[in-house]
Amino acid sequence: MPAYVVRRLLVSVLILLGVSFITFVLLYVLPADPVRQIAGRSATAETVENIRRELGLDRPFIVQYGRYLLGLVQGDLGRSYLQKTEVAELIASRLPATLLLMLGAILAELALGLTLGILAALRRGTMLDQTLMMASFVTVSAPQFVVGLLLLYVFAVKLGWFPIGGYGTFAHLVLPALTLGILGSGWYSRMMRSSMIEVLRADFIRTARAKGLTRARVILVHALPNAVLPVIAMIGIDIGIFMGGIVVVESVFGWPGIGQLAWQAIQRVDIPIIMGVTLVSALAIILGNLLADLVAPFIDPRIKLK
Amino acid sequence: MKKLLVSTALMLSLALPALAQDYSPDPNAKPGGSIIVTYKDDVATLDPAIGYDWQNWSMIKSLFDGLMDYVPGTTTLRPGLAESHDVSADGLVYTFKLRPGVKFHNGRELTAEDVKYSLDRVTNPATQSPGAGFFASIAGFENAGDGGLSGVEVVDPQTVRITLTRPDATFLHVMALNFSFVVPKEVVEAEGADFGKKPVGTGAFKLTEWTLGQRLVFEKNPDYWVAGVPYLDSFTVEVGQEPVVALLRLQNGEVDLPGDGIPPAKFQEVMADPAQAERVVQGGQLHTGYVTMNVTQPPFDKVEVRRAVNMAINKDRVVQIINGRAVPANQPLPPSMPGYTQDYAGYAYDVEGAKKLLADAGYPDGFETELFVMNTDPNPRIAQAIQQDLAAIGIKAAIQSLAQANVIEAGGAGTAPMIWSGGMAWIADFPDPSNFYGPILGCAGAAEGGWNWSKYCNEALDAKAVEADSMFDPAKSGDRLKLWSDIYMGVMEDAPWAPVFNEERYTMRSERMGGEDALYVDPVSIPVNYDYVWVKE
Repeated sequence: MPAYVVRRLLVSVLILLGVSFITFVLLYVLPADPVRQIAGRSATAETVENIRRELGLDRPFIVQYGRYLLGLVQGDLGRSYLQKTEVAELIASRLPATLLLMLGAILAELALGLTLGILAALRRGTMLDQTLMMASFVTVSAPQFVVGLLLLYVFAVKLGWFPIGGYGTFAHLVLPALTLGILGSGWYSRMMRSSMIEVLRADFIRTARAKGLTRARVILVHALPNAVLPVIAMIGIDIGIFMGGIVVVESVFGWPGIGQLAWQAIQRVDIPIIMGVTLVSALAIILGNLLADLVAPFIDPRIKLK
Repeated sequence: MKKLLVSTALMLSLALPALAQDYSPDPNAKPGGSIIVTYKDDVATLDPAIGYDWQNWSMIKSLFDGLMDYVPGTTTLRPGLAESHDVSADGLVYTFKLRPGVKFHNGRELTAEDVKYSLDRVTNPATQSPGAGFFASIAGFENAGDGGLSGVEVVDPQTVRITLTRPDATFLHVMALNFSFVVPKEVVEAEGADFGKKPVGTGAFKLTEWTLGQRLVFEKNPDYWVAGVPYLDSFTVEVGQEPVVALLRLQNGEVDLPGDGIPPAKFQEVMADPAQAERVVQGGQLHTGYVTMNVTQPPFDKVEVRRAVNMAINKDRVVQIINGRAVPANQPLPPSMPGYTQDYAGYAYDVEGAKKLLADAGYPDGFETELFVMNTDPNPRIAQAIQQDLAAIGIKAAIQSLAQANVIEAGGAGTAPMIWSGGMAWIADFPDPSNFYGPILGCAGAAEGGWNWSKYCNEALDAKAVEADSMFDPAKSGDRLKLWSDIYMGVMEDAPWAPVFNEERYTMRSERMGGEDALYVDPVSIPVNYDYVWVKE
């Protein structure tokens, strides 16, 4: 097990290196000049060249990338081209908000997804089952921008239950977490349904029923713990899915996380920020997957880590 | 809704600052209160040498001051940190007398050394200021670096002398530009690159809180050198707020000013509600939206073709697409800019005439080309309307809808035959006709990477521009504006652009906000003049 973790971490470093290289190449070949974004419209040709030289962007690609890596291994993500602030500081100031949003989203998707999945499994083949499964299709496919604005309009503007965007209290968290959670709940309800159906067919459930246990007891004590474990193991993978979603959701709700930071940086070709956010996101996804893999053997002893 | 007619006031903008009528504050204005302002994008920096955004432009004006200033809500120059100035007879030496007793937010008194330090700093390549080029007429600019500008001298602690290499009629405007604002050396050196996050100036407000990505709090500077200003005790800027969400919050009474204005998608809904429409403020802005045509490549190397494009575009219909939030344009300058040619008719919408011109140029069946456009609403829709208009005269233009940075890149590189300027269009840095020429129509801007996307270079007009900008004597300002008017008429003769419209700004304020409308659509303190707005109750 420790050897497995060490090996996985080493591979993770290689993956991060690969991500940094690919992102750097993509930003390098992008037909948009970061210097021009900094220099603005009134800059003379000399000003543009001065800025290019000051930032070292006149150097060959390999030198630029080498410098970036050199900083990276020392924990230096560089300074934003436009804001001049340390990228590490920008990310650190926004990471707590993103983590909080993810936590909220995971709780929301589990609460929604598991409940609906169990209901559908127990009422398999009925109108309720079909309606729920249809709904899961819709939520998985619905654009988050639309879902977010819809929730905002109904629950914040019309009903006044929640604040209209922003950050700070639990009430601020509900709608953005729900927007992300609704997307994930579609997956979870489907997985929970099939997992539950499978378990309900198992011999030990028949035995439990034959013993004369109540239906509620059979479902809650015998079936549910067995059915829910494989589903829970998926949470680690969710982090990757959410990384895409937060960009949109954070923009709609004015949530000061790294998704919003990334989006604004992309608009302005602020390369150090784009690199920093990409690497931090990649790290989150790697750790999430690692976590999912490490938890798996505890849930299902048939899985062995090698 | 009240419509502002500022053009007459603008015509005075070149009058002697000493003679300029100063601001008479609203008799009902009272001090106190705090407001909330929202923006979508984060505030990048509050360093006056660096900041060049929609969001930070007027925040920087509230934190810092320059030697010159503008009468609030207008484009009329007035004295700022310099209480007076005089110009040598040849127009090359400006002597500024500083206002005594002005203090930075850290309590230290401002001196002539600070003015020199600030101008040295903004022109030093190491500062990476996007505005360095504005100071090119100051002696020593060519060798600007750690040694500073030889043309800026400290005569005594209250006097600065600036020597130019050529007369520059726009120089006083440059001394009112954010990039020239005065910063305290000891703070800049202590903070280094973080000065933009911890700004210290002489302005009406000081920054007391900046939570990255969330909010900035500006508090009243009680020692501000303009008596009675600012009115507000503080203003809080909340960033990361989508314009649609900001409007909802305004309607809910949570926000006082939506910094990004009324989102296009909500415009009709707001205007249809009299209670809301009453709080909408409309103002002209020094903006022109245009289609550039690359004159260095066929078919746009033929002036007939470019004129045909001018005649083919149905500008009224384009204005309809943006819910009438603009007026059709017929020349590069916006109507509220001094030097605008009132009696010019422009190229009338004339499909048959355009076809005939195309045929004369050797394209009786039209041709295929590309129209580049920035990919945010409403620009692709505007490009489609232009595409249809061009199709009517036989020009088949394929639309290239790209991110802003990519369009700018293509324009600078000269690889875009046509560009619709929306989202990237020219908004004046300072209210002077010369600001619409050099970078976007002059030969200097036509260089690789410049903003003159037509790559248009008319040396005769360039010479006239130099002549106009050397007419520094305020007594000759009428002649100078006439010359600028002639230059832009010359441009229209060559037709490197098809000017399409001049955007009007529409913003909104909460019920409790007071102060004249002009402060909310201030042509210089863009978008809002925080120093002079006030709260009613």
